[in-house]
Amino acid sequence: MNDQHPTTAVFFAMLRRDIRVARRELPFFLLRTTLQPLMLMIVFGYLLPKMGMMQAGYTSTLLPGVLALSLALSAVQSVALPMVAQFGFSKEIEDRLLAPVPTRIVALELVVAGTLQGLMAGLFVLPAGRLIMGPIQGLALGNFPEIFLVMVLGAATFSALGLLIGCAISPQQIGLMFSSIIGPMIFFGCMYYPWRALDKIPIMKYAVLVNPLVYVAEGMRATLIPEIPHMDLRVVCGALVFLLALFWHFGQRGFMKRAIT
Amino acid sequence: MPTAIETRALRKIYPAPPARKRGGARTSTFAPRTAAPPQGVRAEGGGIAALDGLDLSVEDGEFFGLLGPNGAGKTTTIGILTTRVRATSGEAFVAGKNVRTEDVAVRRRIGIVPQIPNPDRSLNAIENLIFHGAYFGIATREAERRAMGLLEQFDIGDKAQSKVEELSGGQQQRLMIARALLHEPQVLFLDEPTVGLDPQARLALWDVLRRLHREGRTIVMTTHYMQEADELCNRLAIVDQGRLLACDSPTKLKALAPGDTRIDLTIDGDADAAAASCRTLDGVTRVDVAAPDILAYAARGGELIPALIRAVEQSGARVQNINLAKPSLESLFVSLTGRKLG
Ligand SMILES: Nc1ncnc2c1ncn2[C@@H]1O[C@H](COP(=O)(O)OP(=O)(O)O)[C@@H](O)[C@H]1O
Ligand SMILES: [Mg+2]
Repeated sequence: MNDQHPTTAVFFAMLRRDIRVARRELPFFLLRTTLQPLMLMIVFGYLLPKMGMMQAGYTSTLLPGVLALSLALSAVQSVALPMVAQFGFSKEIEDRLLAPVPTRIVALELVVAGTLQGLMAGLFVLPAGRLIMGPIQGLALGNFPEIFLVMVLGAATFSALGLLIGCAISPQQIGLMFSSIIGPMIFFGCMYYPWRALDKIPIMKYAVLVNPLVYVAEGMRATLIPEIPHMDLRVVCGALVFLLALFWHFGQRGFMKRAIT
Repeated sequence: MPTAIETRALRKIYPAPPARKRGGARTSTFAPRTAAPPQGVRAEGGGIAALDGLDLSVEDGEFFGLLGPNGAGKTTTIGILTTRVRATSGEAFVAGKNVRTEDVAVRRRIGIVPQIPNPDRSLNAIENLIFHGAYFGIATREAERRAMGLLEQFDIGDKAQSKVEELSGGQQQRLMIARALLHEPQVLFLDEPTVGLDPQARLALWDVLRRLHREGRTIVMTTHYMQEADELCNRLAIVDQGRLLACDSPTKLKALAPGDTRIDLTIDGDADAAAASCRTLDGVTRVDVAAPDILAYAARGGELIPALIRAVEQSGARVQNINLAKPSLESLFVSLTGRKLG
């Protein structure tokens, strides 16, 4: 027995496990995480503009929003859903909790794996959106490092939120989570409209700032289509880093509580 | 001999469950309904005292049993020893490491077979073992070699590539044992490993456990089956309501059982008169009548049989049948707690 094998090796072993499982379930994963964004883009980015009920330029507002949504949703779900099941009844997570590493490492690995899944969903939806909606006015893929930075921060933040949610709710409450947390988050997440468009409704403008999705959507706008009015990228990154730290702090605390009674 | 496990005044108070709402049938769709309500002892402050000052000591190489009824605190004890449950007070050491302050070192040295199999359902049988090996720093090729060996050893070699849900309950249980052994732990914990197995699978598992013990592994097993504890364990701790009632080898524990050996005599004739006659014998501690049987208790049961037969015949009756009931863990448990086990 290798007595002093490093914690990082265990961490990567767990990550390898998640990647293997994700690869095996890839079609279901893509279906689960991208079907909704794809349908949104078909209706609002293709059908309605074709019918003349939407301005053609709307796709530039929609694409970053939908990208943010798919990124965030898949990150939060890929952490929260298995965790609820594994802590709640199948107890599958116990084998990892009994691995010879500090328990926090297991939580960290879940968040990293969730981040990767969020990124994957984003990287799938971006070209798919371009295909569905046609040329997007003002699309600037040249900022790839910034685009990627926002995607990573957004996915990580929502992945950590998934950890927090996954520890806090029981299997019976999954439906409730979607209707009471995820639902409002989508509708008030500046996905369909840029944040600056809320200038006319100041209450809303500031109320939505508690919604993490706002920063991901605005960050995607700032980097993908800089010509649309958007939130300052530094504010976006600052807010996401802050939320990530907050969710991780409470998420890992909840995780420790569930892992060790 | 080095000590595999040592606990001192281990206590665990679980917080009181939240008050149930009236009339609310809030049973989960997933969680199996518990057959009986928790019977833990209410602690001061409203919590449930699952363990109340448990002192245990297990030597290296022992097959140690924790015997007790449901709710005795067996799973809690295993939980503390395997770093998944924090003791409220007291100390516990496994393989010389403190479970609270050296949890990673403890986890590296133990293998656990849980009460309910918890395989990784997203992986097939052999992947369960290989990834488990990876969590313990074992290279894939080596893990694969050990995994195949263990699967063969437990007669599930042909299931290596099967999905976990394609395995029967007994096969899943054996997969869990294989997983627990893959990293060659110093101490193997099994929590009620035979619950839910059919008799054949149970016997097969007993063989596996005996073999592991012969190979020199330290085994700690919980059970609420006396026969199982009796057959397998070197030493037994009888626990109830979080307290240690007795701890010794099964033979010595049975010797502690009251009434010693019980001799059941089926009488042809007047059972009461026969019983009265038997009570006059030296060495007979008690005689009960359960016509047509009389039940005689004696310290050295076997030797008294001829005298008992003569005593019955002197009373004018005859003995039709004789049965010796050895002292059992059951009778010890009954005498210690006034309740039946399990
Ligand atoms: N997580 C928990 N929260 C509250 N009470 C618990 C918990 N786990 C066990 N208990 C209670 O502690 C007592 C001992 O339980 P347990 O250790 O599971 O016993 P056993 O394994 O011997 O059946 C029982 O009364 C049980 O209801
Ligand atoms: Mg138990």
